[in-house]
This record gives sequence, structure tokens and C-alpha cells, in this order.
Amino acid sequence: MKENSALERLYNGILKENPTFVLMLGMCPTLAVTTSAVNGLGMGLTTAAVLALSNLLISLLRGLIPDKVRIPAFIVIIASFVTMAQLLLEAYLPELNEALGVYIPLIVVNCIILGRAEAYAYSHGPVSSLFDGIGMGLGFTLALTGIGAVRELLGTGECFGVRIMPSGYVPVGIFVLAPGAFFVLAALSALQNAVRNRGSASAGGARDKGCGGNCLHCPDIEVIDLNGEEQD
Amino acid sequence: METVKELLVILVSSSLVSNVVLSRFLGLCPFLGVSKKIDTAAGMGSAIIFVITLSSGIAGVIYRFLLVPFHLEYLQTIVFILVIAALVQFVEMFLKKYMKGLYQALGVYLPLITTNCAVLGVALTNVQKEYGILAGMVNGFATALGFLAAIVILAGLREKMAYNDIPPAFRGMPHVLLTAGLMAIAFCGFSGLL
Repeated sequence: MKENSALERLYNGILKENPTFVLMLGMCPTLAVTTSAVNGLGMGLTTAAVLALSNLLISLLRGLIPDKVRIPAFIVIIASFVTMAQLLLEAYLPELNEALGVYIPLIVVNCIILGRAEAYAYSHGPVSSLFDGIGMGLGFTLALTGIGAVRELLGTGECFGVRIMPSGYVPVGIFVLAPGAFFVLAALSALQNAVRNRGSASAGGARDKGCGGNCLHCPDIEVIDLNGEEQD
Repeated sequence: METVKELLVILVSSSLVSNVVLSRFLGLCPFLGVSKKIDTAAGMGSAIIFVITLSSGIAGVIYRFLLVPFHLEYLQTIVFILVIAALVQFVEMFLKKYMKGLYQALGVYLPLITTNCAVLGVALTNVQKEYGILAGMVNGFATALGFLAAIVILAGLREKMAYNDIPPAFRGMPHVLLTAGLMAIAFCGFSGLL
């Protein structure tokens, strides 16, 4: 596939650098709204729309935004799109808006979006930036829907509101509560570790993207951790 | 005007019952990232108390006296995020110049806090729940107190677990997430309080 072509960007976002499973960005919404598959899908698509549009606009404006104030400029652009998305959801999908609550405006501080703006859109053309946003957004949507489906299936025996488990299945209610989110993510990242340990030579390389790559084991936080010790 | 009783209810519910990290999942990045040592965890927690209390007060004032009179409520997200970013910068500069000791203790954590979704989350929750300015500040303080409690407890547990024999696949993040999950179950016990 040709570098930076539309197709390559989609493949990159959905599989190769999946923001949730590979880069581990945007963990707060990942844990908070995945109580059901529908919520995960709604959150994922909203984030995807904001990400694609903000990538497009930032790429179009990249010649105009002065380098020094680019981060505040990105934040204002992203916050504008988030506000639009919130108003649209309020008007047309009030139920989803109710279910996602405060996490919709909090898309502003989702590091996937700022990360892609800084790492990709600010230095690439509008078409490939748009598709980068769509690809990353779809990757995020798939991950959220998947985690939501697992939690909903174990926690209520349903998937997208349709009964899947046999009637004898006793739902494990904890999976739709807060602790279940931590357990599901722990299991998924343990699985990922196991796979990575097996083929450790081929892994890596995908980590230097976005805001330091990884909210969870963010290298910046490690550095600051050390600084803090020195000052004590 | 809020009565003292209402403020106390906000204090308990925001700090313990619906704990900011363990049941609302805000501020997970510092919670998981800066919880290796109790000292640094406590430093991060105190910096967050400082910033959240201040920012929820200022965001409340701006919302009540600027956005509402001009019917600009829909701009809240943009305004709050800019206010928080600017506030963190000012706090950092102020501390650096006038309060050297506090700056030494909190300084390294301050820049990280701008992108902490708990700060914006509190400002937005205050608007959603229609808290007054004082109630909003109490809510902010209580939320941050809950964060401090959670991160210090997690750091204590991680210090103990550092020498445990953990299966390779669960080293690093997975076992921290499992610990956090168990803490979340423990914090569910507080829901009987209110």
C-alpha cells in the first residue's frame, strides 16, 4: 500500500496503530462509557466524527497557524467541533446524550485527538489527514464497541440489547459496574502482553506516536516521576 | 444559598461514594502513571486538590457572571478548557515567584494537570448539577480529595507488590488495573453511606 494514501491511513488506524489496543490512548472514555455495546458505538462514532473533522481543518490551516501557539489553536478547533457534536446529539439523539453525559464534552481532552493533530494533521495534506482521522476514529469505535459488547454480554447476557446467552445464564452484574471495566481492560492488556512477549522482536516501533504514545505507561510521566524523587 | 448539610452531602458523595477515578473514570492517566511511590502520589494528589478547587471556583464565577447573562452557555466547553489551561500557567508562574517551597513540591505535576480530564470534568459537572459557586468549590475540593485518597492507596499497594512474583503477562499495567478494580469494589461499599 502506498504511504499516506487513503486506504493505507484507514488500515493504519484500524489495525496497525489502533489507538486503544496498540497506542493505549484515551483510556478514560474507554473505561467509562463501555457499559453496553451501543454506548461504546455512540461514543466511538462521535469521537471519530470530531477527530476526522478536526484533522481536516487543522491540516487545511496548517500554513496559517503560527508554530508557537499551535497547541491552544488545536484545542480551540477541537473544542468547537466537540460543542457542535454535543448540540447535534442533544437535538437528534437525546437518549444517547443522556447515557454518555459529561463524557461528550470531555472528548476535548481525549489525547487521541490532540495526539493526531500534533503527530499527523499538522504536517500532512488535508485528504490523508481526513482519512487518518477516519481510520483512527474507526479503530477507536471498534475497540469501544468490542469492550462494550464483552461487558454487556457478561454483565447482562445481552449484546446490542438482544438476548444471546441461554436463559439459564446468571448475569455477572459486576461487569457493567465500575470494577468490571478495570477487570476487562486488565484481561485485554494481559492478553496483549502475552502476545507481545511471544513475538517480542516484531513488536515495538508503533509507540512513538501521539502524546508520548501511551497514557498508561507514558514515558513523560516516568520522567516526571524521577524528577519528583530528586527534588524530595 | 446552600446549607451546611447540603455541602457535607456533596463532600461525602464526591470524595467517597462516586469516587472520581474508581467510579467515574476521570483522571486515569495520572492515577495509573504517577502511582509508583507514595511520596510522588501524594504530591500529585495535593497539586490536583489545589488546581481543581481553584479552577472550579473560577469556572463557576465565569459561568454565572459572563456566560449566563449573555446566553452563551453553549460555549462552556471551549471557555472552561481555555480557563483551565491559562490558570495552570498562572499558578505555575505565581508559585515559582512567590512560593518557592510549594513550587518545589508541586511544580513538576502542574503542567500534567492541564490535560487531566478530572479538572474539566468537575467544572462541567458543577454546571450540570446546577451547583452554586461555593457548592461547586466544595464539590471540586471533595473530588480532588477522593483522587488523593485513591492514588495514595494505590501507590501503597504497588509499593508492597513490587517484590511479588507476578506472572509475566500480568506484569506492568494489567496487575495495576486488577488492583484498581479491587479498590473499585471496595469503594462500592461506600454507596450505603448516603
